Amino acid sequence: MERSKLIQIGVVLFFISLFAVPTVLKQLDDIDLNIYDNMDEVIERYGFYLEESSGLMNVDFVHQRPELDEKIRHINPQIASVGASVSIVDFNNNGLQDFYLTNSEYGSKNALYMNLGDGTFRDVAEELGVSDINIDGTGVSMGAIWGDINNNGYDDLFVYKWGRQELYVNNEGQGFTNVTDRAGLPEWMNANTAVWLDYNNNGYLDLFIGGYYHEQFNLWELETTRIMPDSYEYATNGGRNFLFENQGDGTFVDVTEDVGLDTRMWTLAAAAADLNDSGYPDIVLANDYGADELFINQGGESFKSDGQNAGMGFIPKSGMSVAFGDITNQGRLAIYITNISEAGVLMQGNNLWVPSRRSTSEQLRMRNLASNMGVDIGQWGYGGQFIDLNNNGNLDLYVANGFVSDEPNTDYWYDYAKVVGGNRNVIIDANNWPAMEGRTFSGYQTNKIWLNNGSGRFRDVSASVGGALDLDSRSIAYADLDNNGTLDIIVANQNGPVKIYKNHQSGENNWISFKLEGVESNKSAIGAVLDLYWADKQKKMVVSGGDAFSSQSQRAVHFGLGEYRDIEKVEIRWPSGVVQEIENPEINRLHHIVEPVGT
Amino acid sequence: MSILTALKERRESGKLIPRQYFAPLLITGILLAAHISFGILDSYQKLFTAIGVAVATELVLHKAITGKFRNLSSAYVSGISAGILVRSPLMWPFALCAAISIASKYVLRYKGRHLFNPTNFGVVALILIASDSAAILSIQWGNNMWAMFIIWIIGLISLWKINRLNITLVYISSFVLFAWVRSFYTGDPFLAEVAPLTGPMYQLFALFMMTDPKTTVKSRTGQNLVAFTIALVEMFFRFGEAVYAPFYALFIIGPIALLIEDYLQNQNEGKEKKETASLS
Repeated sequence: MERSKLIQIGVVLFFISLFAVPTVLKQLDDIDLNIYDNMDEVIERYGFYLEESSGLMNVDFVHQRPELDEKIRHINPQIASVGASVSIVDFNNNGLQDFYLTNSEYGSKNALYMNLGDGTFRDVAEELGVSDINIDGTGVSMGAIWGDINNNGYDDLFVYKWGRQELYVNNEGQGFTNVTDRAGLPEWMNANTAVWLDYNNNGYLDLFIGGYYHEQFNLWELETTRIMPDSYEYATNGGRNFLFENQGDGTFVDVTEDVGLDTRMWTLAAAAADLNDSGYPDIVLANDYGADELFINQGGESFKSDGQNAGMGFIPKSGMSVAFGDITNQGRLAIYITNISEAGVLMQGNNLWVPSRRSTSEQLRMRNLASNMGVDIGQWGYGGQFIDLNNNGNLDLYVANGFVSDEPNTDYWYDYAKVVGGNRNVIIDANNWPAMEGRTFSGYQTNKIWLNNGSGRFRDVSASVGGALDLDSRSIAYADLDNNGTLDIIVANQNGPVKIYKNHQSGENNWISFKLEGVESNKSAIGAVLDLYWADKQKKMVVSGGDAFSSQSQRAVHFGLGEYRDIEKVEIRWPSGVVQEIENPEINRLHHIVEPVGT
Repeated sequence: MSILTALKERRESGKLIPRQYFAPLLITGILLAAHISFGILDSYQKLFTAIGVAVATELVLHKAITGKFRNLSSAYVSGISAGILVRSPLMWPFALCAAISIASKYVLRYKGRHLFNPTNFGVVALILIASDSAAILSIQWGNNMWAMFIIWIIGLISLWKINRLNITLVYISSFVLFAWVRSFYTGDPFLAEVAPLTGPMYQLFALFMMTDPKTTVKSRTGQNLVAFTIALVEMFFRFGEAVYAPFYALFIIGPIALLIEDYLQNQNEGKEKKETASLS
């Protein structure tokens, strides 16, 4: 055969082979699609199994979404797509984890499920006065966070809303008093995230609140339909963010502008942790229609916007959730931020910001390693949380997915893509958005469970380990509900029932937990940093004042240890600056640590 | 001859910039303006991967088939277009789109001419075989109306210089007309139907893909008819709620138009031959 013919055949074969590339690469994806016969087989393979147990626990809460102004009713499902949230608390300090759920329709009730210690719960919100919050004219709940604002030893409750924010002081576990009127909070804002943090380490918890829709809009009484983002990727017309400094007398002062946090980026999630070992908490924001933001705390005086310098603040996506986790057991916190990935339409990919080798305390430098580690392609993501699901010492990931599940086999994506491709004058006006007419919009999506193999890769085991939920999940939180050393999961679903997953394990893996109590530091010890040294590893964890999407997990810090039984030490850096070391702490138990003062 | 002398001669002849460099310069300008203004690129690595793979594929395939090296401006445009249009958190879709785009030029040929616009083919192929790993740019870059107008104006002037302005103008007019038809039919706001035209996907589509000299018909009437037909076919894809309707429409109409042009040309040549024969 002529040489030229051979070359032509070679070129054709090369061309055809290119079409096989995606199929070949898909074979390399680490996904377990097997359905196993019984729970024991799954536990043997992966070390845990999640069993849906809300019915057994007497929890029958169903979230209701709000019906907003008539002018935006044609796209109500996508606007009223948030508000299902869960936050964990031990409100009566009896050693059992309780949880609070928010509802979002006028007249609907929030719930505080008290742990009865026998595997069941009872809703005590009504009798304790934290149920009837979604009152017509005052807005509806979007989420809640717990923190001891008056350092009396009991966690107080802040409910952030599209509307009037609500602050309740805990009366030693016997009831709650609404102290909003004198607290100094904004009269109206459309908030979708809030975090407790002691930004100046003065021993009192301060409050960060993130705005979504502009605070001038009452979404039930709109005077204009120009309420939507002015850009799909670079929107700057969102609600403003607030930082309120706790004055220690039940009042808060707005210090947002003074400290440099007054941005308007459609913030959907926020979390705080000391990322540069300065001793002060930094803030990370996940913004819808924009890039992630990183604010570095300048010694408790102000914040420096440092996202772009750190490499995080360039690529605009649809940030929905912020979680911190030491995924490599090297004493460094990574940041996981969920975004949107919809096959064939929008492939943003989730972000896993990991400190690079060039990262220093003076200048954080982060790299997005979500693709490298296999946790990039979720779907329409909301809450994404690091949890050591099998106590093997490696943080795994649970990611909530799904936007609006409505009429099956229908799709709103085409109309959505049409509008968001347009200029600001088109996209900003809700009148220009085609009616949804009951169509599904990235609905019926399954939550992801990614198992960390400890060597830089995560494996998708969602289909195999239970917990494969396809409701419109929003908020996820973990807690050891039965005090057996395994972390159970609660998933709040938009316009749907809450689901609780009991974590079953073989008991072969060890664990240790620490519940901290501040003395000079804030009583909740929020912001304290723990470094656990074991088996030549160092895992860093932080006491959180709320994170992921509209959620707060248990306050106690939980470490899985794998098969190892010996812990070298745990080092606790309290917000006050006190550093405490505990050598060889006993494993498989919860330690209650009070901040050492004057030692 | 010095460069200055050459430039002087070119300026005097009114051809300061050689025609084959219009598109590369224009798309580079748009990319730089958009990235500096809005940071549109996911990463430079992905862009350079797309450009690198496109150029390498062109170099290797052209040398293998013809034994010669060729001007790489066309491959550069294909690579940069893939770098802008492909959206994926992964690296390989950028490389794959670029490679398919260039390879299609050497495989899908008819009478020595490639039938598909390379980037259009690459993009459509990517959507069809890797939709769960990649998408195509379908959202706006920013909210600056002036930036959009400037890009359109510079683009249109450049097209005028290379005698392709009519294609884009006919397409835009037809798109607006059919947007009104769609709005009337679906009941959706007219602005929602026109909205895509204000986004960057359409800037790239209408300024570059449709006007590619290699894959457009020669006669002006034919060009206008093809542009109108693409908008018409796109309307039907839009009725079917296809997000990437313009790419599909060009994918179908582009090669058909070239084949029809070839057929008509043969007919005319045959007729001329017959007339010449009868005259002689």
